[in-house]
Amino acid sequence: MANLKELSKTAEERLSSGHRLCSGCGASIIVRQVLMGTKDPVVVGGATGCLEVATTIYPYTAWEVPFIHNAFENLAATMSGIETAYRALKKKGKIDKEIKFVAFGGDGGTYDIGLQSLSGALERGHKFVYVCYDNGAYMNTGIQRSGATPKGASTTTAPAGKVSSGKVQKRKDLTAIVAAHKIPYVATGSVSHWNDLITKAEKAFNADGPAFLNVIAMCHRGWRFPQEKTVEISKLSVDTCFWPLYEIVNGKLKINYKPKDKKPVTEWLKLQGRFSHLKKEAFADVVTQIQQEVDEDWQDLLRREQ
Amino acid sequence: MATPKLAPFTGDEITAYAMKQIEPDVVAAYPITPQTEIVMNFSQYVADGKVSTEMIPVESEHSAMSACVGAACAGARTMTATSANGLALMWEILYIAASTRLPIVMPVVNRALSAPINIHCDHSDSMGTRDSGWLQIYCENAQEVYESIILAVKIAERADIQLPVMVCQDGFITSHAVEGVEVFEDKAVKDFIGEYKPRFSLLNVEKPVTVGPLDLQDYYFEHKRQQSEGITNALKVIPEVFKEFEKAFGKKHDFVDGYRLDDAEVAICVLSSTAGTARGVVDNLRDKGQKVGLLKPRFFRPFPREAIAKKLSHLKAVAVLDRSEAFSGEGGPLFSEVKAALYDEKSHPSVINYIFGLGGRDIFEKDIEKVYTDLLEVAGTGKIKEKIHFLGVRD
Repeated sequence: MANLKELSKTAEERLSSGHRLCSGCGASIIVRQVLMGTKDPVVVGGATGCLEVATTIYPYTAWEVPFIHNAFENLAATMSGIETAYRALKKKGKIDKEIKFVAFGGDGGTYDIGLQSLSGALERGHKFVYVCYDNGAYMNTGIQRSGATPKGASTTTAPAGKVSSGKVQKRKDLTAIVAAHKIPYVATGSVSHWNDLITKAEKAFNADGPAFLNVIAMCHRGWRFPQEKTVEISKLSVDTCFWPLYEIVNGKLKINYKPKDKKPVTEWLKLQGRFSHLKKEAFADVVTQIQQEVDEDWQDLLRREQ
Repeated sequence: MATPKLAPFTGDEITAYAMKQIEPDVVAAYPITPQTEIVMNFSQYVADGKVSTEMIPVESEHSAMSACVGAACAGARTMTATSANGLALMWEILYIAASTRLPIVMPVVNRALSAPINIHCDHSDSMGTRDSGWLQIYCENAQEVYESIILAVKIAERADIQLPVMVCQDGFITSHAVEGVEVFEDKAVKDFIGEYKPRFSLLNVEKPVTVGPLDLQDYYFEHKRQQSEGITNALKVIPEVFKEFEKAFGKKHDFVDGYRLDDAEVAICVLSSTAGTARGVVDNLRDKGQKVGLLKPRFFRPFPREAIAKKLSHLKAVAVLDRSEAFSGEGGPLFSEVKAALYDEKSHPSVINYIFGLGGRDIFEKDIEKVYTDLLEVAGTGKIKEKIHFLGVRD
């Protein structure tokens, strides 16, 4: 359990200020909270995306720790190489430090183009933490739909229009896909619940094998909301059960937070411009479907916990 | 100097054996015909504890090269191996490996690219990667494969080169044929390559580095210029490695390998195993009094322009044999570059091109004899009837 007072005194700033991410961006907050989960030295990897682009514009870098960006779809494979090199060199006595390895990829680089690479690395059992900062679209290239885009969201490649309600399909359940690899630790997180996320990061760093954190990442540019509402919307994602907080430790699922008053998903939808077209009468059934799917998924999660 | 020991090996086996002697820190590889036996044999060395290498049995070649980039950035001596579609799948990351200046050594067992799918030899795979920034060595036989892999480690890791190297051998023809190979002692190989000391490592947490940053209009060009200088510099300093190799093992290496060229009037220029067949034809024709010769470039990247021009410019006619088609409408890749290499010379031979052996089509002595006959006609008449030929194909 993280203690705010202690963290404010002892937590090392590993991602310095002055990077070029938007104010109110969820990604940098996720990075800071996750990196508070270990006191050991870390090597960080990033997939191509907002986080990588905005923190490493040559000749500057915002990273106070070793950082690597290779390409878009190969973050997990790249980390496999680094983690294996670490074991190889440690075995030969060329390195004696305890080092942790953590990867940050967006939903495009994780749910979609990087899924094979992630699956391979998880199956091989590399000891690293993979963090997906899921902002539900290809935000870096200008809000294109991904496998993580929620139903009904308007994106530039699945835009709402006269006849279209935006993305028609339901989002992929990546957390379940990762859990199916039977790795030691899988969890979801949200920056609004910082204590939960830092605690989960600690568990992930200490897991005996691969660990995965799927963290919802607010993007006010893509989601269309005022930048100061990042944490509020993040919290609503959890309180509506659109983004339940749970963890799977060695196969055992535990819901970390059960809202006493589960809010209707419209509370969350109405704050975001990407869903504004759903107010139209013609798309009323889409809102009903979204609520229905959130409810079904929540019920399913409650069942899986037992 | 170490005394070599003669033993039977296939091209794939000797590749794995060279890798065993090099004993890289990390090998990340994925099996593909006809490279598979390299990964199989090396995996067995790992399983039997004969090497301390950590192996990453990746789920694709894309991940193989990606993991190699990660491992090399973490300061590990890193190797992989592939063929054909596997090399094509690595494409994007080949550029990243070279542009990040990572000394990865990769044996490539040349195989035709799809479609149609074909598992046999041609050079379309590695030739397709010729602009990726990797150095490329082409080998005639298992002995050359063995020595070139050891040489490649030394070249790749030199501080004034710092570039990845492909060591190419002909699929099945070399990779699966058993030949006698003179192998060096393990210690001699280890002493020659030395310990790998990277300039930067992600694992040096006291001195953090950012690898692979966003590099825009204001710096990218300068970095590409540096990379270009790396290649140019490689041409200058690789001969030093040849000398070191000769001193350690008593074996000579060069950018090109010429045969009976000095008093020749015509010559064939060809890479890899076909040079062996052509050498036999040269001897037969020489016995009949015909002034023919052969040039086998060993390196295609960096392109040894001067060495090639020096060996060929005095001839009357040259035929470049390409085991790949560049689909430019102007012949194969070796042809284009060899012809360009001769352009700056005061006088130069007529140059014609033969595309041959695609998808593993055999090439016979009679085919090569036909090329020499054509060449002698060009030399005699001074006229080229046809510039680009397809050798050994049904019309």
